[in-house]
Amino acid sequence: MKVDLTVNGKEITADVEDRLLLVHFLRDVADLTATNIGCDTTSCGACTVLLDGESVKSCTVLAAQASGHEITTVEGLASNGTMHPVQQAFHEQHGLQCGFCTPGMVMAIVSLLKENPHPTEEQVRIGLEGNLCRCTGYHNIVRAALAAAEVSS
Amino acid sequence: MGTRVIRTEDPRLLTAGGVYVDDLRAPELSAAARLTFVRSPVAHARITGIDTSEALSEPGVIAVLTVRDMDDLTPPPPSSGEWDGSPAPLGGPWAEPLLAVDTVRFVGEPVAVVITDNGYQGEDAADLVVVDYEPLPVVLGPAAAVADQTLLFPAAGTNIAVVNPVPTDDAPFDACDVVVEQEIVNQRVACLPMEGRAAAAGYENGKLTVWASSQNAQVSRFILAGALGMEPDQIRVIVPDVGGGFGAKIGIDRETITIAWAARKIGRALRWAETRSENLVGMTQGRAQLQHIKIGGSRDGRILAYRIDVIQDAGAYQRIGGLLPFLTCLMAPGVYDIPDVQAGFRQAVTNTTPIAAYRGAGRPEATAAIERAVDLFAAEIGMDPAEVRRRNFIAPDKFPFQTKTGAMYDTGHYEEALDKALAAAGYTQLREEQRRRRDRGDPKQLGIGLSSYVEITAPDPDAGETAKIEVTDNGSVTVYTGSSAHGQGHHTAWAMLVQDELGIPMDQVTVIHGDTDLIPVGVGTYGSRSLQLGGSAVHKAAIEVKDEARQHAAAMLEAAEADVVLDTSTGLWQVRGDPDTALSWAQVAGHTSGGSLIADVSFTQERPTFPFGTHVSVVEVDTETGQVKMLRHVTVDDAGTVLNPVLTEGQRHGGIAQGAAQALLEEVLYDVDGNPLTSTLADYAAISAPDLPSFELASSETPTDLNPLGAKGIGEAGTIGSTPAIQNAVIDAVSHLGIRHIDMPATPQRVWTAINEAWKASNQ
Repeated sequence: MKVDLTVNGKEITADVEDRLLLVHFLRDVADLTATNIGCDTTSCGACTVLLDGESVKSCTVLAAQASGHEITTVEGLASNGTMHPVQQAFHEQHGLQCGFCTPGMVMAIVSLLKENPHPTEEQVRIGLEGNLCRCTGYHNIVRAALAAAEVSS
Repeated sequence: MGTRVIRTEDPRLLTAGGVYVDDLRAPELSAAARLTFVRSPVAHARITGIDTSEALSEPGVIAVLTVRDMDDLTPPPPSSGEWDGSPAPLGGPWAEPLLAVDTVRFVGEPVAVVITDNGYQGEDAADLVVVDYEPLPVVLGPAAAVADQTLLFPAAGTNIAVVNPVPTDDAPFDACDVVVEQEIVNQRVACLPMEGRAAAAGYENGKLTVWASSQNAQVSRFILAGALGMEPDQIRVIVPDVGGGFGAKIGIDRETITIAWAARKIGRALRWAETRSENLVGMTQGRAQLQHIKIGGSRDGRILAYRIDVIQDAGAYQRIGGLLPFLTCLMAPGVYDIPDVQAGFRQAVTNTTPIAAYRGAGRPEATAAIERAVDLFAAEIGMDPAEVRRRNFIAPDKFPFQTKTGAMYDTGHYEEALDKALAAAGYTQLREEQRRRRDRGDPKQLGIGLSSYVEITAPDPDAGETAKIEVTDNGSVTVYTGSSAHGQGHHTAWAMLVQDELGIPMDQVTVIHGDTDLIPVGVGTYGSRSLQLGGSAVHKAAIEVKDEARQHAAAMLEAAEADVVLDTSTGLWQVRGDPDTALSWAQVAGHTSGGSLIADVSFTQERPTFPFGTHVSVVEVDTETGQVKMLRHVTVDDAGTVLNPVLTEGQRHGGIAQGAAQALLEEVLYDVDGNPLTSTLADYAAISAPDLPSFELASSETPTDLNPLGAKGIGEAGTIGSTPAIQNAVIDAVSHLGIRHIDMPATPQRVWTAINEAWKASNQ
């Protein structure tokens, strides 16, 4: 079937299998490989992207469902070579190690801070329950989220 | 050294994402087909037939291959049969095939491969490969395995693959005031790197190129050469970004060898990235020990004898021989000066996913056992567990210290680490709060758990590590390292070492790892060896480059070598006392015939190093539900001299979380037929952010004298220290009810059951 998505501000039209997942569309059709796949049960959040500004797990959305909508991936977050405050906070707080969960984690936090610009540590932790990281113990990810909230305020 | 430097790796990972195997867009892979494994759905069975015809007729299917197509491979060499203390070779009666031959031995074992144009077609076609299985009795759990009722490998005559008998001298225990025994399950857990295993391979003009998500490119090449009957220089292994390893990506698994073979066989580039469901049955798992411990001592708190008898569940195939229980026994006495230590193990095969290294690899199991034993002993004699530890530590003036189990501890100050951790936690106040909650019968009880640990890092110091440094005539530096990065921050750390020694700014330093054409010799990353071996190699290479540069600078400046100095704050070569002379690295490198200065070294260390520390865990146990909440986690982790505290702290944080995961949540489970019950992340209780508090880290640096950096390993310490501290805290919270032990993971069900049984017992 034919789908028409706007990804990071760029319109992409393609003829795809009905069952194609959004994450595979992003990786294989749009050739944007930052969004990773970490599980097959919507549990890990590595594939988190923004759909019309809200976080979704792109392994659980069909490309067809996303047709006509705007998708933002981590590749679309920086502007004019300047990192988004959440990206910058991850860098400064050492919020990433292997980097595999990072794009999804960053997008989840962007969405979280949009909903709740001044979260407590506990709210950040609860908000990130659906995003797994095996390297950082979440300590510096939580710090990065709080630091980004501080900067944005 | 010691400066807080944020990572050079980050901007790329944050804005464009890493390039993991499945992200590769190398031209050689532009026409790559997808490979999908057909895996056994049963735990133990004979294969009586495989029908590939229906799968072959599906759209997009290029080939379906089984072990019968592997006629171009020689079988692995037979095992010597005798275990010499090193990892046993694959082969002999215990041989693990690449694809199942006539028997499957665990759910998830690869049986066939389907090659298709794309991944969706692969999943469809794999379902259509019909395999006839004739079920065999299933062996589950180490206790059943050693009974030898059903054999996984009839030709071997037993399931017990490796034995190191425990000495059973009862006399030291007979002389004790108090003896406590306990059976402990150190449960099987999943390693769970966020990126599962992934590989790609292409074969062109007699050269095989394999891209693998691995901790060791060079080791992987060695394995491939042996398995495929090729010379190492016919193979190039490239390790791109790796999304976590934690021990489970040491070298490569049978799947990656199979892909390389299949690419050569059909003459087409192939790629594979496992799904999480495959990962949770196919990737090696960790721990899986049944331990019987016995501890004896005097009523005044002196431990006099300790015994640990381990049965290691190897899973269906022995990936690393008896290495894990060997390390458990080596580290059995931990930080304590115990006059009599008896340690031994049996390793048995079962119809489960193979067990191999997982963050700590044998040492967390040792620490969990001894730290539980010390608490059991403390409870029995009614002494504060901190005090019992203090009375039994190896004294600081006894280093280097030869343990009863054969380890040579390099440096340590165990009591100081305990004191620092107790002070940082406010131990006295915590005990007071615990007393208040107990007095008022608070349903939420406080538990305080300790773990004083020592572990072994760079356990293979003579294998060493390589580094090559090249300074070119534009003043930039390239470092080729045999070590391998998958999140630790090698690129930042190595650049810091270069800047420290050569005065060339970090942004002029490029670090390359994981490509056997560029770095033919190297070992890679495991056993917390990177900084002490790989970093020391970089340091050594930098000094050699500097020595060579000095000769050129002396000639250029027409001065004696002894008078030529490098100002590392500016990166300029000068004649001592003459600030007007100044040569840049670019100028000096330009003076050489080849236009660059090169040093190619390897660094070996005389002995392993032994980091140590104390963790204090504070938990709250809801006695009405059994729910455990981590309130605080305070640690002292002393891994010698710290190069970059940012990286060290990151390693500690991640280690603590993985240790907490084992203590409280995670466990790989099977039903009675050997079907995995935790093969998705919906079922496996991976630890997440709300399960954890922020961590409180206190610093401590006791350098080793075994390498020029003074560094020990920090990658695994967090996991080794945290698990027993948290387990001890949970038990401490309910110890006033008469509870002395709860196995991990301390799930609400398990804790509630222990509380309920204790109440029933006290009301009888």
